[in-house]
Amino acid sequence: MGLENIIAEALPEVLTTRLDSLINWARKSSLWPATFGLACCAIEMMNSTSSRNDLARFGSEVFRASPRQADVMIVSGRVSRKMAPVLRRIYDQMPEPKWVISMGACATSGGVFDNYAIVQGVDKIVPVDVYIPGCPPRPEMLIHAVMMLQEKVMKESVRDRKDVPEEEAREAVPPGTLPVTDGSAVLKEALQSRPYTIASRHERRRSS
Amino acid sequence: MASEPENNETTPIPSLEAAAPSPLVAALQREHPEWIADVIAAFGEITIVVPREHIVAACSFLKTWPESRFDFLSDICGADRGVEEDPRFEVNYHLFSTTKHHRLRLKVVLSEEDPHVPTVTGVWRTANWHERETFDLFGVIFDGHPDLRRILLPDDWQGHALRKDFPLRGYEPYSLK
Repeated sequence: MGLENIIAEALPEVLTTRLDSLINWARKSSLWPATFGLACCAIEMMNSTSSRNDLARFGSEVFRASPRQADVMIVSGRVSRKMAPVLRRIYDQMPEPKWVISMGACATSGGVFDNYAIVQGVDKIVPVDVYIPGCPPRPEMLIHAVMMLQEKVMKESVRDRKDVPEEEAREAVPPGTLPVTDGSAVLKEALQSRPYTIASRHERRRSS
Repeated sequence: MASEPENNETTPIPSLEAAAPSPLVAALQREHPEWIADVIAAFGEITIVVPREHIVAACSFLKTWPESRFDFLSDICGADRGVEEDPRFEVNYHLFSTTKHHRLRLKVVLSEEDPHVPTVTGVWRTANWHERETFDLFGVIFDGHPDLRRILLPDDWQGHALRKDFPLRGYEPYSLK
């Protein structure tokens, strides 16, 4: 084809560039997201890949169900406490380099769900690179977040992204689920009295 | 403006009516008067307060009794009347008959010190998960339940979240860091 002829004539055979620039350019050009659709924000996330919005223009349309094949985790929706260990485990299963987009008010700060069941911000579980406000954010905002993440990727160095898990990922012990018992252990726990009236640290911090 | 009693009769409030005892309750009263501690009729619904030692017998009887035939357990739900109340907890059994199309609610009241009630999983198998949910959120213990574990909250959860004295935001902020 003609393109190769033009390039072969116009460019020399050897190019010099910084390794970071080349690798970061390759990384940012195909950020494959791992879907983590948890609530209504996931509808907007799906819509961002539709023909109207077309996230494929920025190389980020291949949503992967397997964390092993993903680069960026888009946490879209509220994270319940029961889901938090699962989310952390999926994040740990993603190979480096990996990034996290916190999509929407609930994933960012808990949103309107300021209660015992919802984690007040996914940054308590995983390190977040880009936060998106909104309830839910429009697909354009998610595309903007992907573009911001691409700019961030271009500023990184390959030395920042070793394949060894980061220290915080290594220290975290995701609480698993208890084995199935006959119910006796839970029964004992239920019988223990608990000082319900004492405000927790969490409560005191909120009220002050 | 003086209200006319004739006008009020056109829009009766069903909850304030002294509801006539239903034929079902009257028949049950004749059969087993010891099962009925109280009858509450409000909003067109009938609730029978059952002593907790009779709840399994009452449920299995009402399931097969030709006059009731409550073959479908719609729901089991708990309620916390408040820390200062005694009895504090109640467990409501919502019964429905798929053949006779009528409903009945059984209620068991429990004190805070002794929140035990016999299980009805032997009568309706669907009571298994309903009772697990009630245990999970209210701490009501169903004696004889085959697998009384938490069902909604995480397994390592402390406390029972729908009790009135449980703080809305929980005890500790959740963080894996």
